[in-house]
Amino acid sequence: MRRVVGALVRKDLRLELRTRESVPAMLMFSVSTFVLFHFGLDRDRLAGDLAAGVLWVTLLFAAVLGMNRLFVAEHEQGGFDGFLLAPVDRTALFVAKAAVLLAFLAVVELAAVPAFAVLLLGPSDGGALPGLVAVLALADLGIAVVGTLVGALAVQTRARDLLVPLIALPLLLPVVIAAAHATAPLFAEAGAGALPGRWLLVLALYDAVFGLLAFGVFDFLLED
Amino acid sequence: MAPATAADAPVAVELEGVGRAYGERVALRDVTLTLPRGATVAVFGANGAGKTTLLRILATLLRPHAGRAAVLGSALPDEGWKVRGRVGLLGHEPMLYRDLTVHENLRFHARLHDVATARIGELVDAVGLGGRADEPVHTLSRGMTQRAAICRATLHAPELLLLDEPLANLDPGGALAVAPLIGRQAGPARVLISHDVEQGLGEADWVLGLRGGRQAFFAPAAEVEVKDVRGLYA
Repeated sequence: MRRVVGALVRKDLRLELRTRESVPAMLMFSVSTFVLFHFGLDRDRLAGDLAAGVLWVTLLFAAVLGMNRLFVAEHEQGGFDGFLLAPVDRTALFVAKAAVLLAFLAVVELAAVPAFAVLLLGPSDGGALPGLVAVLALADLGIAVVGTLVGALAVQTRARDLLVPLIALPLLLPVVIAAAHATAPLFAEAGAGALPGRWLLVLALYDAVFGLLAFGVFDFLLED
Repeated sequence: MAPATAADAPVAVELEGVGRAYGERVALRDVTLTLPRGATVAVFGANGAGKTTLLRILATLLRPHAGRAAVLGSALPDEGWKVRGRVGLLGHEPMLYRDLTVHENLRFHARLHDVATARIGELVDAVGLGGRADEPVHTLSRGMTQRAAICRATLHAPELLLLDEPLANLDPGGALAVAPLIGRQAGPARVLISHDVEQGLGEADWVLGLRGGRQAFFAPAAEVEVKDVRGLYA
């Protein structure tokens, strides 16, 4: 399995480096949305629930762009058939694609979160950063798992661009709720508060449940 | 010499009343044939006759909806996992990533099939792609892309070759270069779709004629005349 996952991940990262179809679009979307909020709300400093909501809704919509493109090369260039003809565990494709989406999200957030801080949080001592990284990691894992499942389902249809948000956004609502609640204290006006463990646990449970579910059903998505 | 039969040679493909539908439309109905290992069946039929559907069923990419199908001794679809990796499919699409080079594509497939990368060099040299193998696939001509696709389909030394117009876009030199990999001398059993009647008959031990998704005939190549095949296109 490791050999196959490694080959799939390397192939996808190489394709992204060459075509730059996903990560730049996700990043541009995120930064543009933060700029729009900055001017639309006419505020250069958000805090608490509002700041957390803006951050997570924006990152989720940016992730949808990545989900839309995740299986396009497989679908349009015969990658699915090439993979299905090989004597390999089909769940390797799920693991590889989820890892790639997770990597894309991490790269986007490396630039998008500082842009969010500059445009919408104002000056900060960076005290929220360790907690934010923990929430980002748990939430991104859930987004990657569900996004991979939805991307594989939608790419077989003509209305891919419509189906991905229609299916993924309701499924990912618990992630947004938990991530926003977990992040809100970090953006408190009085300075970064403690990370609420309850919401981190919700995110971890979501990741575990949907990870197992996706692992179990992904094989059937590839069946004729 | 009469073609080998299932009785005196191990069987590569055995179909009995195989059918397949896409929704309400029946693409293939009641196809019955036996192909010994090492033999070639040429499949003829007009566009939409079900040739590609048949190939995809044999490749385990489509489930048969009716009848019994066995490939390399394994029943489909239940034992499809035993067949994967032993079949080489060369279809209309090259199954190569356009933005990767030929080498990168073949390395990727070599890892999926757990094949030593040394085989890649042998293949690209054999088909005359050596000088272009480090170029992205989208920069290659159709003929060069077809050569790369043939490398991809034969990389893992399959026991059954499923070939859909394998010489399409190849110049005479290209056709000659790929013959040791996908021609009769290559060794594996072959299911060969062709619209070139004379060439297809010349390559075949058996001939399957399809008309409108139904089996018009399945007979030894020596008993099939060119006019029989041309009748499928009338």
